[in-house]
Amino acid sequence: MIEVIDTYGMRLLAGLWTTVELVAIATVLGAALALPIALARVARNPLLRWPASAYVFVFRGTPLLIQLFIIYYGSGQITAIQDTSWWPHVREYWGWICGIVGLTLNTAAYTAEIVRGGILGVPHGEVEAARACGMTTPVTYRRIILPRAFRIAWPAYGNEIVLLIKSSVLVSTITVLDLMGQARTVFSRNLDLNSYVVAGVMYFAMIYAFDRGWRAIEARINRHLGERTDARTKRVFESGPA
Amino acid sequence: MLRRKFVLAGTAAVLAAGLLAAPAQAETVRIATEGAYPPFNMKDKAGKLTGFDIDIANALCAQMKAECTIVAQDWDGIIPGLLAGKYDAIVASMSITEERKQKVAFTVPYYKNYLRFVARKGKPLMVDKAGLKGKIIGAQRQTVSAKHLETKFKDSVKIKVYGTQQAAWLDLKAGRTDAVLADIYPGQDWIAKNKRFTFVGKKIDINDQIGIALRKEDTALRNRLSAAIRAIRANGTYAKINAKYFPFDIYQ
Amino acid sequence: MGERGRGPDGNMWDLLQYGDQGYGDELVRGALYTLILAAASAVVGVAIGLGLALAKLSQSRGTRLLAFGFTAIFRGVPELLIMLVVYFGVGIAITRIVALLGYASRVEVDKFAAAAFALGLVFGAFASEVFRGAFLAVPKGQIEAGLACGMRRTQVFLRIRMPQMWRFALPGLGNLWMILLKDTSLAAIITYDELTREARIAAENSGEAFLLYGAAGVIYLVFTALSTGAIGRLERRADKGVRRA
Repeated sequence: MIEVIDTYGMRLLAGLWTTVELVAIATVLGAALALPIALARVARNPLLRWPASAYVFVFRGTPLLIQLFIIYYGSGQITAIQDTSWWPHVREYWGWICGIVGLTLNTAAYTAEIVRGGILGVPHGEVEAARACGMTTPVTYRRIILPRAFRIAWPAYGNEIVLLIKSSVLVSTITVLDLMGQARTVFSRNLDLNSYVVAGVMYFAMIYAFDRGWRAIEARINRHLGERTDARTKRVFESGPA
Repeated sequence: MLRRKFVLAGTAAVLAAGLLAAPAQAETVRIATEGAYPPFNMKDKAGKLTGFDIDIANALCAQMKAECTIVAQDWDGIIPGLLAGKYDAIVASMSITEERKQKVAFTVPYYKNYLRFVARKGKPLMVDKAGLKGKIIGAQRQTVSAKHLETKFKDSVKIKVYGTQQAAWLDLKAGRTDAVLADIYPGQDWIAKNKRFTFVGKKIDINDQIGIALRKEDTALRNRLSAAIRAIRANGTYAKINAKYFPFDIYQ
Repeated sequence: MGERGRGPDGNMWDLLQYGDQGYGDELVRGALYTLILAAASAVVGVAIGLGLALAKLSQSRGTRLLAFGFTAIFRGVPELLIMLVVYFGVGIAITRIVALLGYASRVEVDKFAAAAFALGLVFGAFASEVFRGAFLAVPKGQIEAGLACGMRRTQVFLRIRMPQMWRFALPGLGNLWMILLKDTSLAAIITYDELTREARIAAENSGEAFLLYGAAGVIYLVFTALSTGAIGRLERRADKGVRRA
């Protein structure tokens, strides 16, 4: 294992950085996309509800690999893309771009459901009190529902980000040299299984560190609730996926 | 409840049986090929393996008077599979390289390969270090093409590697790479089907000999295969197979 | 590679036909292989999950630690990585072990076994938590009543805890099944001929990526919808006779 780290350590670190980049960007973009979708999902208007539900159904019901292939190889079918002026500048990163798009769309669907769960978990008494005080719906959302929903959904959302980190390995199939992509290239050189083992340890460490950090933040944002052994506050490594 | 236990036990038994196979019979040679590398190894419309490599493998087995089974295995896993004992020989247009010789042993070569760049027609490309500077070149992972790009063009081109040759061609078609460096005969095969692409530059001779890979300890089988290769070269069988796919002798 | 042409009128939908001209039969076969892989992995996973759950509930601290450690590893490492290690490594490992024991025979780990084993391990790790929660949710009163009636601990386990546990475990297991269905697509990367791989071969040869991956996506959606319905029905059946709060 030391030889792998010695010879290929820099490559694997470069891959790790790419993975972190991908996950961070997809998380932010996915969250931004998830919020309107979640709001649409709980809306009273079916014209808002239906498309949102369909989106969530499709992106949660199909494998990420298929989604990535459709985006990457499908875009290869659209020859018009090759004729645009910006193509020469982006084509080198096309796999990366497709990876971001795919991961974002996928995580947005799962995150929207988590946010929806959070919204639905807000004690109705608080919403009623807001209405009684004369708050309009947008204000109620902004001041009462969303802050509370955010805290309720925090553990589940952390879980989702962990799943995103694990799903990010699939971008290695569309030519992105993330940590998994580098590991596969290294393995194809030295045929040493340790290449994968080292990558595995790096992923495990990344996820473990993230989980600790997330739970520390959770303790802080919920500190007004005092010490609690909340059944919902489960460790990522112990509870099931959201 | 009890039935559930039976189902669990039964499936466990089936899985165990699937994991452990009986030891190979003495006279059956299990051969692996990729199946994604026209015209050397590919799957026909019915899904059967066919191509130059398959014909050569069958001819060699006939020469050795042995039973052969040919299976498909993806390129990334083809050497690990050999080392793990899934099959006994690899006939998949594999180049004899020093790197590979550290893990496996090769027979005498059964043809010689050249590399050549493939690019879109009408876009002139000088295939030297200067001409290719900044360009994106594709190649299949774990091949001599990929190695050649990395050693000779390291600081000037951006290299993209793919799991299969087909994936490399697809990205070339989609304009994501400027050119692909590939083996000359599969390249020729692909150009014939994709008229908007052509070879650029001369063929690159890195003395790339193609051989059959075996585990290092299987010296007996290796010698028999080498002898068979020489035999079919001598008795005209090789020429017949060669003529089926190429109008010229690919041995040299 | 087996190229299919478009029909004489150049219609791309012809690519979905059965038989030699279209990829329809390959996709259906792939879909079948997907189901088989998912089923086998689920069986392995439930077995491993139950074992791990019992280990986590055991009196011995060492056993508990091992079980939690195992779970942490298989939940903190990407499934694809595990599959690749199993695929490439287990064959070599078993061959070496078997060689040490004196047998010269070679052991094959084929793609199906590797994929089922890897997916089963991950399923089992997650399922162990579901089972653990489910065991803990069985009302203590019933266990005490069983013991009071003079049942042995094993009898209490088999007759009271196990049957009731399934009711609590179903939602979690159902969730894991849905995830497993989609994770079978990872087996495409070790070239097991399930649905995603068949779609990829078809798309690469025909150039119609949207159509073929789209068709595969629709099949997965059908599986998802059918599974959701089936799991819902199972849950309702299991909850028969239970008073809701």
